[in-house]
Amino acid sequence: MTSVPSDPPASRFRLSEDDKPIVVAASFIVIILAIGTAYTLSTQGTATLLSPQYLLQQLQVGAFLGIVAAGMMLVILLGHIDLSVPWTIAAAAMMATTVGGPAAIPVGLAVGLLVGLVNGMGVAYLRIPSMIFTLGVNAVMRGLMVAHTGGFAPQTAATDLMQYLAVGKILGIPVALLVWAAVSIGVMVLLQRTSFGKSIYAIGNKEAAAYLAGVPTKRMIIGAFCLCGMAAGLAGTLLAGYSTKAYQGMGDAYLLPAIAAVVIGGTHILGGRGRYIGTLIGVILIVLLNSVLSIMQMPEAGRQVIYGSVIIGMLLVYGRGRKVTS
Amino acid sequence: MSDLRIRLSQNAPLLTAVVVFALFYVFYNMNHPRGFSTAVLIQNSNEVFTLAMVAMAQTLPVLLGGLDLSVGAIMTLVNTIASHLLNGGPLQIIFGFIVCLAAGAACGFVNGCVVVYGRIQPIIATLATGAIFMGIALFLRPTPGGDVDGDLSWTATNDLYEIAATYGFAQDGDAAWFQPIAWIPVPLLLLILVAVCIWLPFARSVTGRTVYAVGSGEGAAFMSGLAIDRAKIAAFTLGGLFAGIGGLYLALQTSSGNADIPQAGAYTLNSIAAVVIGGTSLLGGVGSAIGSIFGALILRTISFNFRIFEIDPLMQPLFEGVVLLAAVSLGALRVLRVKNSLELFR
Amino acid sequence: MDAETRVASAPHVTLDGVTKRYGGVTALDSVDFACRLGSIHAVLGENGAGKSTLIKIMSGVVQPDEGEIRLDGKPMTFAHPAAANAKGIVCIFQELSLMSDLSVADNISISDPPRRFGLIDRKAQRRRAEQLLARIGCEDVNPLSRVRDLPLSRRQMVEIAKALAKEPTVLILDEATSALTAADVDTVFGILRRLRDDGISILTISHRMHEIEAVADRCSVFRNGRHIETFDQGARTEGEIVQMMIGREISAHFPPKPPPPEVATPMLQLSGYSWENRLKSIDLSVGAGEIVGLGGLDGQGQKELLLGLFGVLKDVSGTVTVQGKTVKIKSPQDAKKAGVDLALIPEDRKTEGLMLPMSIADNLTIASLSRLSAGPFVNPAAMTAAVEDGIKRMQIKVGSEFDPVSTLSGGNQQKVVIAKWLMTDPKIVLLNDPTRGIDVGTKQEIYRLLRDLAETGAAIILYSTDYEELIGCCDRVAVMYDGQIVRELAGAEITERNIIASALNMDEAAA
Repeated sequence: MTSVPSDPPASRFRLSEDDKPIVVAASFIVIILAIGTAYTLSTQGTATLLSPQYLLQQLQVGAFLGIVAAGMMLVILLGHIDLSVPWTIAAAAMMATTVGGPAAIPVGLAVGLLVGLVNGMGVAYLRIPSMIFTLGVNAVMRGLMVAHTGGFAPQTAATDLMQYLAVGKILGIPVALLVWAAVSIGVMVLLQRTSFGKSIYAIGNKEAAAYLAGVPTKRMIIGAFCLCGMAAGLAGTLLAGYSTKAYQGMGDAYLLPAIAAVVIGGTHILGGRGRYIGTLIGVILIVLLNSVLSIMQMPEAGRQVIYGSVIIGMLLVYGRGRKVTS
Repeated sequence: MSDLRIRLSQNAPLLTAVVVFALFYVFYNMNHPRGFSTAVLIQNSNEVFTLAMVAMAQTLPVLLGGLDLSVGAIMTLVNTIASHLLNGGPLQIIFGFIVCLAAGAACGFVNGCVVVYGRIQPIIATLATGAIFMGIALFLRPTPGGDVDGDLSWTATNDLYEIAATYGFAQDGDAAWFQPIAWIPVPLLLLILVAVCIWLPFARSVTGRTVYAVGSGEGAAFMSGLAIDRAKIAAFTLGGLFAGIGGLYLALQTSSGNADIPQAGAYTLNSIAAVVIGGTSLLGGVGSAIGSIFGALILRTISFNFRIFEIDPLMQPLFEGVVLLAAVSLGALRVLRVKNSLELFR
Repeated sequence: MDAETRVASAPHVTLDGVTKRYGGVTALDSVDFACRLGSIHAVLGENGAGKSTLIKIMSGVVQPDEGEIRLDGKPMTFAHPAAANAKGIVCIFQELSLMSDLSVADNISISDPPRRFGLIDRKAQRRRAEQLLARIGCEDVNPLSRVRDLPLSRRQMVEIAKALAKEPTVLILDEATSALTAADVDTVFGILRRLRDDGISILTISHRMHEIEAVADRCSVFRNGRHIETFDQGARTEGEIVQMMIGREISAHFPPKPPPPEVATPMLQLSGYSWENRLKSIDLSVGAGEIVGLGGLDGQGQKELLLGLFGVLKDVSGTVTVQGKTVKIKSPQDAKKAGVDLALIPEDRKTEGLMLPMSIADNLTIASLSRLSAGPFVNPAAMTAAVEDGIKRMQIKVGSEFDPVSTLSGGNQQKVVIAKWLMTDPKIVLLNDPTRGIDVGTKQEIYRLLRDLAETGAAIILYSTDYEELIGCCDRVAVMYDGQIVRELAGAEITERNIIASALNMDEAAA
């Protein structure tokens, strides 16, 4: 029986297979907070982790990862992957700061859109596995940016609006968090309420069947890659605002955590299954894990080991595939 | 269809990679001031060996229909181990060799077990184990450095003559019978040995063929009563061993160990590129590690040409990216010849 | 060994009180069953009757919850297929168990390759493949070819060669002939008879009654996971067997055909329709309210014709006129546009018709998302209504519409595929072998539905590998040979004899 029981995103009333990862990941967040708080209580006598101020600050930093993961999820649901995210982030940031002025943010988004468009065309029309095509596009973007900047950190600065979006606050809530929330609502509506979203799930499950049902598969694939590119572009623009400038390799730290967040949240890496709320929780989990580790002043070696162990541990709990028996 | 035509068409991607490499490499040598010389060959072999090994390592999971994002990390981990162990007396060094190779294989074995018994998709499982291996490497070598036996390092990165001269056999390398082979670079010889003595027998073993069978269709392989789990673990273990050999060699070549995360990532990504250029299908079931060697050779030869034409090094990443995209896009042009759209979804 | 000395009544494989449950569903209910040594034993039953589970248990794919299997009287447990193989029980599965990226020779010797020095001996392996292929009349297949590059019917023959390579004492065929050409079926039957005469027990599952009549010695009927009756072939009439299978009386196999209309308005017209060298200048006209069958041997261009019409094939030439307008259909999207209104029930429901892990509701609505949406947003109320309507219209047996479609039986899955397209209100319905591997009850519902659709003015093209179906269902039958329509049969001309004669492109067909 190779059949994979799963409930559609439409059924909201039962604890389904798709809900399990979300529940497990959420409980894990509680565990991380508990361990971290126990640590701070015993060493500093304060519950730093539980203060709203601190949490908001962490989530503000997490917003960049969250936006990247939102886009990445769309592509993973299709059964593809976007490895061009690191240099899409960097390119959007560099272009936005280079152009400057009111056009900065639109230019950043446009860079993302363009990269997504190229990715989508390569995958949809040339049928090149996304793994390798987006890898190539990443190398090209890196090449273009290295050539553009001469390999140095660009001297141009982020515009005020970019900085406001990244570090500003409304009523004490970081604006970046609001941007992330807006992106999240957008993706949630897209996946659950639009024919585009339904088509993404269909293509991820069985592309041939979706095609024969008259779903415009090529357009949908290109659309998803464009949105993923734009999400990376937005993250890059915000990130430049956060550090007031763009720099080489600024996106490198976002690719693998974004994939990990999506998968920890229960999205199947081969596509077709997964809910956005899971991705959201996956991002929060990774962000909080990082904060706790930095509070503990864990050296890089230990962070890597813990980071890897957590991913494996979570997936062992619920991400196990089914044994092939027929 | 005749046997020859069938074989040619089945091996077309590999043959293309061989031809492309030959063209690139001849072109490079023709434009090199000391082209077609042993010195150039030695230098090139040194630069290509580690990537070729990591590419071979990547081939096995890809044949299974998966991907190993930890090959760069395994290579790096073994590299840091080697930087601690490859010195002292001959016995110590031999012990170091064994530990390094065993460590590589053990990492692969862990990957295999996580994939088989944990039933986690390889790409995600190795993403996680890769982080763990990298963490251990960082623990072993927080900053670059280490101590590698000088003689060993020298001979491993030169031609056979230097081995004979250093360790004093074949009349210090001057024996007449030795001359026809004295020019062969050690890394080139090692590469051929690994391919012929490890890869080829594996590919023709029952376990090796099961790897291909699983990549072609796991359900069908199960129905045929094949030992799927064993084949998967064997494939990952062998991959780990190949990556380990790469890391070991890198330690000899650089006389040090370096737990460099970006470098590990670059090796992993380049290994995927090399595998694809070498004609192995990312869907699994088709291809070979020999192809991946040529994929790695092509990638490196591109950089060699960059050096020779003194192209602004800043342009190199761009050029590499364009070549990779062009290569896969050219290969994909057959899509335009497909007249039945359903065939695109296989 | 001749028939006299053979111990004809000795049970070879016996199942004693075998029960198998999947979740809450009982697939086999304390089944006692025996297969005699040296006989061809046919197992009949609707989909979901438990036939597949029966052979899965016998071949070690699944293990029984209760009861035991005995081979020559000795109790056996098979933990996996290899264990059953080791005891000589070999199964040819309906879903191909071939590794399509490996060569034919590799596949045939996959589980026990000839070895030299521990490595696979490719020369010996090739010789073995050549011998086996020759034995089943497939000398045209080069053992070096990749299975992927072979046509479906040849792949199935390779599958049979692969099973023979294991030198079985019990050979199980699960719908193994459904993809074969008529000539290959004859060859396979010849081999089966020879194997039987050598004392091998053969168990076969087929939905094709005439094939069972042609080859079986004994028959067993299963229904709802129970073994109903075992009898000698010929002891029961076809009507009795069918009644045993579905447990109720059925009046007629096919709904009656209406008299041909005086002037049929052509709904779909093709002229000079060609593609590559597979379709050669086809002229065909299908009127509103008409069911036109495509006949002929498998692989004569019938599938390509349907796919081409549906926009799947590139670079087709010739003109297509739909409802009086010339159209260019370049994709399935074009095909389902208003004014064209085509629907295609594809060949393979598991890979082309359905997204198996997704819900029944999602599968039903995927082809009509645009009409269930306002702008980019889907209308949940319209969606629910459409799903309920589709389930009711096709009488699909579902627990919840949110269950994965993979939980349904084959017949109900096919109903989902059909209901999905009915939702788009198609004017022209193309069906590619829609009843393959479907139980008798569902088949009849599909025949009824086709006739009902035709009566509402739809034009229907039905390709079927089953001649009975063409004869029973179609107002006209276009017989194809080598990419051409060699003859159109209408009314009383539609007989098995005429179809077969035309299918072989024999001269007397024209006479």
